[in-house]
This record gives sequence, C-alpha cells and structure tokens, in this order.
Amino acid sequence: MSTTSAEPVATLSPEPTASTPPPTPPKQRTPARRRGFGSRAASILPPLGVLVVLLGAWYGVSIALAASGKGFLMPMPHEMFTQGFFDPQVGSDIWIALFRTTGVALTGLAIAMVIGIGWAIAMSLARWVERSTYAYAVMLQCIPILALVPLVGFWFGYEFLARVIVCVLIALFPMVSNTLFGLQSVDKSQRELFRLQKADKWTVLTKLTLPAALPSIFVGMRTSAGLSVIGAIVGDYFFRRGEPGIGSLISNYQSRLQSAELFAAILAACLLGVAIFAFFGWLSKVAVGRWYDSTR
Amino acid sequence: MTLASPAPADIADPTAPLLDFRNVAMTFPNGTTALSGVDLTVGRGEFVSVVGPSGCGKSTLLRIASGLETASEGTATVNTDRIGYVFQDATLLPWRDVQSNVELLAELNWQPKRVRVPKAQWAIDLVGLKGFEKHLPKQMSGGMKMRASLARSLTLDPELFLFDEPFGALDEITRERLNDELLKIFVEQKFGGLFITHSVSEAIYLSTKVVVMSGRPGHLVDTFEIPFDMPRDPEIRYTAEYAKLVGEVSHALREGHS
Repeated sequence: MSTTSAEPVATLSPEPTASTPPPTPPKQRTPARRRGFGSRAASILPPLGVLVVLLGAWYGVSIALAASGKGFLMPMPHEMFTQGFFDPQVGSDIWIALFRTTGVALTGLAIAMVIGIGWAIAMSLARWVERSTYAYAVMLQCIPILALVPLVGFWFGYEFLARVIVCVLIALFPMVSNTLFGLQSVDKSQRELFRLQKADKWTVLTKLTLPAALPSIFVGMRTSAGLSVIGAIVGDYFFRRGEPGIGSLISNYQSRLQSAELFAAILAACLLGVAIFAFFGWLSKVAVGRWYDSTR
Repeated sequence: MTLASPAPADIADPTAPLLDFRNVAMTFPNGTTALSGVDLTVGRGEFVSVVGPSGCGKSTLLRIASGLETASEGTATVNTDRIGYVFQDATLLPWRDVQSNVELLAELNWQPKRVRVPKAQWAIDLVGLKGFEKHLPKQMSGGMKMRASLARSLTLDPELFLFDEPFGALDEITRERLNDELLKIFVEQKFGGLFITHSVSEAIYLSTKVVVMSGRPGHLVDTFEIPFDMPRDPEIRYTAEYAKLVGEVSHALREGHS
C-alpha cells in the first residue's frame, strides 16, 4: 500500500480545498488572517462610502426644503433619532410595534415553512400530488396579495390570526418551489445507487433527497423570511385595527405628517427585514456551509 | 427478462458463470434498439472489458446486468446477489465524509455499526485512503473520490463487480495509477469484473478478456483473450506484444464502427 497512499497526498497538496482549508501550522495562519482583515475592510469601505454620500445628499435636500418652509417633507437624518427612536413615547411605540410585527412575521414564516416543506415532500414522493396541486401553488404566487388582504380581514378579523395568514399567503410559494427544486435536483446516478440497494422511499427521502435539498430549502427560507416581514407589515398597514404593529404606526405617522417618526418606523421595519434575512443566511452557513459551496 | 433470482443450486455451483447473457436485446419504449443478440459470460476470476464507441449500448449492457434495466429479449442471468456497481462519476454524498460515504451501502442494508465501521475501514485501507476518513468530497481530487467510490462498493464483498467507465474523467497519470490499484484488488478479491471503457489500452491492461462492441444496435463484433499473467507488471504496456494487441483491438473497433 506504500506506493498507493502516495497518490492522494500528492494530489491533495497542489489543490488546497476551496473553502475549508486543511489544518495548517499556526505560522501560516497569521498572513491568512491579515488578508482576511484586509478583504473585510475592502467589503465594508465601499458601502460605507456610499452611505456617507447619501447622508450628505439627504442633509442637502433637507436643509433646502427647511429653508423654503417645507421641512416636514424630508426630516434631517438625525431627527429620525431625536424625534423618533430617542423620544420616550415614539421610541417605545416603535419598539413595541416592532416586537409585535416580529412575532407575526416569525409565526407566519414558521407556518409557511412547515406547509411548504411538507407540500413539496408530498409532491416529490407522489407525482399525482404534484400534477394536481402545483398549479395552485403557482396561482397563489400570482394573486395580487393586496387584493386578498381586505378579504382576509373580513374572514378572520384584524388581529394576530389575520396578519399571520397574510404572511403565510405571501411567504408560502418560495418555500414550496425552492424545496421542490432541491428535492428534484438530486443526481440520477445517486438515486440509482440507492435503488441498487433496494432502499425504500422513506430511506431515499431521509438519507438522500432531503439532505441534498437542504441548501435550496435554506434559500427558500431566506426569501420567505423577507416576504414574511413584508406580509406582517402590509396586513397591519391595511387593517389598521387591533394592537398596532409597525404597519399601523407607519400608517398613523403618515396621516399625521410626522415625517421624522415615519422615517424612524420605516428604518425599524427595514432593519427587522435585514436582521431576519441575515439570521437565515447565518443559519444556512452553519447547517450546510461545511459541505455546500454557496454562491451567496 | 429473467434476471433469475439466484437459485441456491446456482450459487453452490462454483463453475456457473456469475453473469450469463444469452441473446440479450434491448428496445426502449420509444422504439430505440440499444442492444441486439448479445451473448456474454463473466466467470469467477474473469475480468471482462467492453470497448466500443459512445452510444453503442455499452452502458445499457451494464445496467441490465445490475438490474437497473430489464432486457426486452433473451435471458440475462446473474448468479449472485453481491453486485458492486461503480458509476461514471463518484456519486459520493457531499454532506458525508469518506468514512460515512463508504459505510453507506452497508447502512442501506441495515448492517449494525459494529459491523460496517470496521468493514469500511478495511475498504478504505484497501484503496489507499487511510488517513482521509474525515475528508469531505469537496476537499478531494477526482482520483481520490473515485477511490472512495470503489471502497464503498468493496464493502459489499461483491462477487460480480460492474464498472461504468469509472476512470473516464481522470487524467492519464491518475488513471494509470488507479488501474494498477484495481488490478491489485482484483487479484486479492477474485471477483468477476465487467468493465466498460472507451480506452483500448486500459481495457487490455486490466482484462482477461476484451469484447469489442459496435453500435446501432449494439452488438458484439469481436472477442480477444488477453494472454498476460495476473498480477500484471506495469511494464507490459511498453512491450511489442501489448502494442500488437492494442492494434488488433483498435482495428476491430474501427471495422465494427464503419
């Protein structure tokens, strides 16, 4: 075996692995880490530069508008904080609303995930399920959700339940389609490998197709998570009843021309979306990043 | 087709060929005839290579032998239930490391961990991947992945080993090295091998018998017994006798093709 074991070593060393470097002595790590810091700076500096330019432009417009007495159209950026987040009343309104909206969005997302993954698995296991129901999943995607929102309100009231249903309606399709895509994209010869051992459907699902579909499922989760936040806000924005979420707040501030507060609420909603999106990106990396090279 | 489930008498009879094709033909539901009138046997300790142009039905032959397809005419008899199958690509599961990939087939056959772990270790040693048990497929070269794929099939202790152009995608040097490895394993394990390739040289180097196929529909045009001893000296590849054989097989291939 001595001649044979030489080959893997020889073939491994010239092509160090793409994303998980093999264990290297600590001496070699330092330059790598420094390069990591450099590339991190390179990825942070450009967007930071754009932010500075945007803020500058924003101040310019605000000052010009304020000079002509229309300052309410465009508050100064810092007023989002002084009159928004740091104002005791407005600040706590926003945080509480944000908390409620997050609850709605995450509940809706969880339900969409369970239904979506379950539906996709059923479709992948039995072709007749796919043939008879996939068209409706596509239709769900095509219905203008804004038209459905008032109906959901009629049927289910204007509280938590109705808002969650709006979230599910809006977040379900990406979950279904991405999971189904993942389940069906398994290599033909890998399926045959299992077939040759006479593996049953359940074994194939748990040991082959579902693990293989995980990267796609996470893509679906990230997309659905963003949509779910939008769904929670849209439902609330239209219902404008019950315990106010961030949607109701936006609507209220808008009608009262409280532009600084309005901007603060919008920023909070936006940050919520980004945070949930980032969370699922991180989760995906932890779960499948070890073996799957995602292209982000 | 009669992929006769092996009657106990057949298994007991050591002289019965492991694989026995009699007048096998294959017509797909869309009307394409992939094979016609194929007679082929693979016995214990025989290594048979099938060479032929792309699309001549070589792979269909293998798929019938493995039971993935059913012959539409003739009889295809397999006298063992221990069949190894090596695919064109390594078909490793990317989320499993080498150890756990090699254990997969035993796992699918419900073997307990205490049986399949040492078995996998044995197979990993045999293909020269010792020390790479924890590596993931994406960390490995094409040659290493193929080794892992070989090891995975070896855990079944196959009596009949089917290879579907396993080294076709590898570079020349890696391929030659793996040919030597495979020969060594063949000499040790004494399975019956059916090896599909389009490389004449590889076919001759590995085999006790080389079968030339031609397409439309696929049929056997010629058979060559390979006279070299096992285990083989890599140097035979540079002898005049070897070169002459390569020439003859290549001629048969070209005549069958035109």
